Amino acid sequence: MDETASTRRLELRHVTKRYPSVVANDDVSLCVAPGEIHAVLGENGAGKSTLMKVIYGAVKPDAGEMLFDGVPFLAKNPRDARAHGIAMVFQHFSLFETLSVAENIWLGLDKSISLNQVRESIASTAQKYGLPLEADRPVHTLSVGERQRVEIMRSLLTQPKLLILDEPTSVLTPQAVEKLFDTLKQLAASGCSILYISHKLDEIRALCTNCTVLRGGKVTGMVDPRKESNASLSRLMIGAEPPQLQHREASLGEIALSVKKLSLKSEAMFCTDLLDISFDVRAGEIVGIAGVSGNGQQELLAALSGESTRAPRGSVLLFGNDIAAKNPQARRAGGLYFVPEERLGRGAVPVHSLAMNGLLTRASDLVGSSWLKWITPKQNASLAGEVISRFNVKAGGHDAVAKSLSGGNLQKYIVGREISAKPKVLIVSQPTWGVDVGAAAQIRGELLKLRDEGCAVLVVSEELDELFELCDRMHVVAKGRLSPSIATRDASVELIGEWMSGLWEKQNA
Amino acid sequence: MGHAMISLEARPIASKFWGIASPLLAIVVTVAVGALIFAAMGKDPVRGLGVFFWEPIKSTYALSELAVKATPLILIALGLAVCFRSNVWNIGAEGQYLLGALFGGGVALTASADTGRWIVLAILLAGVVGGMCWAAIVALLRDRFNANEILVSLMLVYVATFLLTYMVYGPWKDPMGFNFPQTKTFEKATQIPRIIDGLRMNIGLIIALASAALLWVFLFRTFRGYQLQVGGIAPAAARYAGFSSRGALWTALLISGGAAGLAGALEVAGPIGQLTPYVPAGYGFAAIIVAFVGRLHPVGIVFAAILMSMFYIGGELAQSRLGMPKSLTGVFQGLLLFALLACDTLIAYRVRVKK
Repeated sequence: MDETASTRRLELRHVTKRYPSVVANDDVSLCVAPGEIHAVLGENGAGKSTLMKVIYGAVKPDAGEMLFDGVPFLAKNPRDARAHGIAMVFQHFSLFETLSVAENIWLGLDKSISLNQVRESIASTAQKYGLPLEADRPVHTLSVGERQRVEIMRSLLTQPKLLILDEPTSVLTPQAVEKLFDTLKQLAASGCSILYISHKLDEIRALCTNCTVLRGGKVTGMVDPRKESNASLSRLMIGAEPPQLQHREASLGEIALSVKKLSLKSEAMFCTDLLDISFDVRAGEIVGIAGVSGNGQQELLAALSGESTRAPRGSVLLFGNDIAAKNPQARRAGGLYFVPEERLGRGAVPVHSLAMNGLLTRASDLVGSSWLKWITPKQNASLAGEVISRFNVKAGGHDAVAKSLSGGNLQKYIVGREISAKPKVLIVSQPTWGVDVGAAAQIRGELLKLRDEGCAVLVVSEELDELFELCDRMHVVAKGRLSPSIATRDASVELIGEWMSGLWEKQNA
Repeated sequence: MGHAMISLEARPIASKFWGIASPLLAIVVTVAVGALIFAAMGKDPVRGLGVFFWEPIKSTYALSELAVKATPLILIALGLAVCFRSNVWNIGAEGQYLLGALFGGGVALTASADTGRWIVLAILLAGVVGGMCWAAIVALLRDRFNANEILVSLMLVYVATFLLTYMVYGPWKDPMGFNFPQTKTFEKATQIPRIIDGLRMNIGLIIALASAALLWVFLFRTFRGYQLQVGGIAPAAARYAGFSSRGALWTALLISGGAAGLAGALEVAGPIGQLTPYVPAGYGFAAIIVAFVGRLHPVGIVFAAILMSMFYIGGELAQSRLGMPKSLTGVFQGLLLFALLACDTLIAYRVRVKK
């Protein structure tokens, strides 16, 4: 029975996809049985997304074939794939904020179905798979986890035989992840195959029964993740075990950055109001802010970096000086540097060379104080060269334009540019988001080193693992409010997870 | 499939070669299509092309006329390049040019028979101030009320035209001018110094070329110029860095208004020598094409302005020599822009022929 077509929902044979500068998929084969939860594990850039796009009909492979239910089938486009029972839930949602849940789902369905029928099938599907959703709520009132449920619901109503999920947990609290896993297990039990794309080892070991590991576009392993350890999976994924970080006892100095009763009405629709946020960061410690994105992180960071100067007077203090109304240049002059979440377009000008990008935040070191402020290309080049060599940035030299670098290397450059300014306070948003494991470890190591040298570091991140690894203390931000701080050694993933839903008051009361 | 298929394939990085070759290829395409147009209209293509591409450069006199046309185009386009690089869409340079002409002309009218040559400097300064004032209205409305600078700058062109018309029909009309709508001819002392006696080409050309060099330094060697451009290509990066977007708006508009105003003053105190309703010649709009064909780069703009001037002169000559419509100028300008946009595809893409 093993080799018959009926045991194979999906089979890929020798799929290859080349792009001008990279082979995204190199002779990739994989098999998924009906009702199997199959993980595709790999770092960013390993070729997972391209492979899924091939299956979903969004990308045409250069070579290789695909069998679906034993029949050769290559989707012409995503619509064709959906018609054959392949559904995909993307990392980034495509929902209309102002429409209701049912209306959003209705949009993607056959026009012959009425809105009422859609409501009914949402209710029945919700019950069947433990996927609670209120059909009439407008999407903009939903949490990120609920929005993801809308996307999954949308896929389920097409009654797929194969459901592809792309990094589904990156936006969820630990509790929401558990709920999602329950749903997926029920779905698999009913016969639907699931392709689960992730780089999170624990999740894959908890959920999946089979795993294909990709590295540099090639398959480096096909294993049963339940029988593997994080270390063995990691070896398959990156060819090595991630280096362990040295975490020394913090030696605290004076209060460097202080936020006092910061409340800020949001400027635009669907942004978060900040409510009465207070915290301190001392020299020589790393303070983390956890939380699901969209809970006020953007607004808080803009008020701290100076990109927004609307914060009330006296609410942001740098070494006791009120900087709430100061622009980013003035804050840098006071020793406060910032690494933003978006690298291309915010942390760096995409079409400028690394040398020129140094001028964004390091102008005080690079240009004179004359009225015209002369630029000397040599100085720009030498600063970029220093950052490139000290932080091991893989780039075609200081002349390389920012957009030619991979995400991880650009992040190393930006972090390096800010660290080499010898900041007294460094604020980092999503330090290793989308960065490969090796670069992530290096960046974290640099942040720890900076802390040991007496810098005050504030890390805002969605990755709990990272915060537990780096931070001395943690806060959680939820719906624009900030939790009290907790020492990392006293915190647990479960506790932080509860706080991420805004439930810290209960425990304090 | 027996025949070859042509497809475009994205390049991993933009081609440096085609960055330079694309405008050259565009000129070749323009010439080729131009020849076809002449042939289709029953004219000798060689003679037709000669009128456009050889006559304007064949003698010192022709070259001087070319310079007269190119000077305002270079100056205005340089200013516009600063705006466009800063993502400020000033398309009202024609109006700023007219205000420069009015301010410069106003100063020129105060001259008497025994005024010294210093008046030229005052005329040019007045021109710069005039252009800056007109552009400052755009900056102010955008800064204070977030009014769209495209609409405001464009509409101010018409206001400027009416202002000129009012002045030459009203207060500044030459009392001895047989009621023609024009000012008196400016005094000799106001004449922009010519480079060579007997040729209309004047020191405006030198000013324009020097401005191109200055602009290069400003854009690529000063932090102020850098800040402007970051605001244009990556506004979020400019906010992150702490560069002021208001500063960029005002700087860009004042530079471009000043440059256009200077061009206007040079024109009325130079080749024209008085104010008439015919001062607006469309240089302000043509300079937009010049700026883009020159890739918003000072050196490119100088070449693009020369090319556009050739089309102006060629169009006039085609009318008188070949009996063809003068609108041929516009056809050639359009052809060039169109060909350039098409050729630019090759910078980001390569052509693949599949069998």
